[in-house]
Amino acid sequence: MEQKGTLTVKRGLAQMLKGGVIMDVVTPEQAVIAQEAGAVAVMALERIPADIRAMGGVARMSNLELIRSIMDAVTIPVMAKVRIGHIAEAQVLQALGVDFIDESEVLTPADDKFHLAKNDYTTPFVCGARDLGEALRRIAEGAAMIRSKGEAGSGNIVEAVRHMRAIGDGIRELTVAPKEELVARARDLGAPLDLVTYVAEHGKLPVVLFCAGGVSTPADASLMMQLGAEGIFVGSGIFKSNDPKAFSKAIVAATTHYEDPKAVVEASLSLGRDATAMDGIDLRKVPESELLASRGV
Amino acid sequence: MASKPQVGVLALQGDVDEHIAALERAGATARAVKTRAALDASDALVIPGGESTTVMKLLDRFALVDPLRARVRAGMPLWGTCMGMIVMARAVAGLEQPTLGLLDVSVRRNAFGRQNDSAEVDLAIPAIGEKPFPAIFIRAPWIESAAADVEVLASFGGHGVMVRQGSLLGTSFHPELTADPRVHRYFLEMLAP
Repeated sequence: MEQKGTLTVKRGLAQMLKGGVIMDVVTPEQAVIAQEAGAVAVMALERIPADIRAMGGVARMSNLELIRSIMDAVTIPVMAKVRIGHIAEAQVLQALGVDFIDESEVLTPADDKFHLAKNDYTTPFVCGARDLGEALRRIAEGAAMIRSKGEAGSGNIVEAVRHMRAIGDGIRELTVAPKEELVARARDLGAPLDLVTYVAEHGKLPVVLFCAGGVSTPADASLMMQLGAEGIFVGSGIFKSNDPKAFSKAIVAATTHYEDPKAVVEASLSLGRDATAMDGIDLRKVPESELLASRGV
Repeated sequence: MASKPQVGVLALQGDVDEHIAALERAGATARAVKTRAALDASDALVIPGGESTTVMKLLDRFALVDPLRARVRAGMPLWGTCMGMIVMARAVAGLEQPTLGLLDVSVRRNAFGRQNDSAEVDLAIPAIGEKPFPAIFIRAPWIESAAADVEVLASFGGHGVMVRQGSLLGTSFHPELTADPRVHRYFLEMLAP
């Protein structure tokens, strides 16, 4: 007996990525650089989030020929993004054979009310979340992996920190909540009771939790791992830096040895004197309508 | 054994916590190994599931390749699951991918296909008992060819997916993702004198 696309094999692939770094790439050549640096997976995109942010307009699923050329260029898993709620884009990426689909607020949402019914697919999905309620709603819909939303393409870690702390605090609160409160807590979180009960009993999400949205330096990666991330997505932080090869290797090393400041020093020193991380944005100066994290809650 | 064996789980990347929990359920003391010192303190080592290119690069970058090879050649039992089996292998079929070259097999990566072909399978493993084992294959490798002294303990789709060569064990699948402790127990029995 052989069963494909089960919850176990979908969540399982995310478990295999733990402790690793997933990098946004826009060409097969960048994908090879990422793999050489030690990335555990790549996210195949037409434009990295910083450029999506700068261009404005409508951001859609990437060109399929580009995604396929990236799948052909590397042996590590390849992820790709679909617009929130875009059933057909998701079906197309599954048929193309990508290993993971990111239902992402970085693209312009296709559905302003509903996310995909992700249990219907063989391909696993990752979704962004700002707090525990959002994370559990996405898991209820079938997400096999959760990432903080952060604020993609901003070069600013503050939103990722806020979201990772909110998810962690939400989990910790449930672990000490008396049983009779769980139904009301589920109502307040807007999440199903079975998932709320799971978190209360296990002190963790039933799927892997990564950080995304604003990581630009080795120290950023170490920070997020210390705040409870099980791995790191780096979007614009690598290919908007002045030395993508050095930054990608250094962020991988700092993620592996995140709890050892000496290793983070070594990773940071490996960048050299001229290293400049990507430019960052002060998010207090960005109008509410331009923030990506508030899409799809 | 008088005291519980100390089993290390290589923790550069991958599903480390799952192996530690499974080893402890099977009766061992387990801990994460990221450094030379932690490797030296281990009686046996598990290389978990993860990405083989990533872990091989990190072993090299953090100068663990030679110490690990030396320990295994001196008899330390080693078990690799999926990525771990690739890293242990002599060669990767069709790819110029560096490996530790400890287990005398050639493996084919992503042999069953990409993630959409990942599957749960009831696998016959006579060495651990009659009841089939719930084997979880995720972008899994298979054994393409093996030296004469490599024992194939289980096959699926016509290829070896669990092999043993002396104190070395390799599985294409992930026993650490199941509640069935038999493969972890089998490995711990390999530690007994």
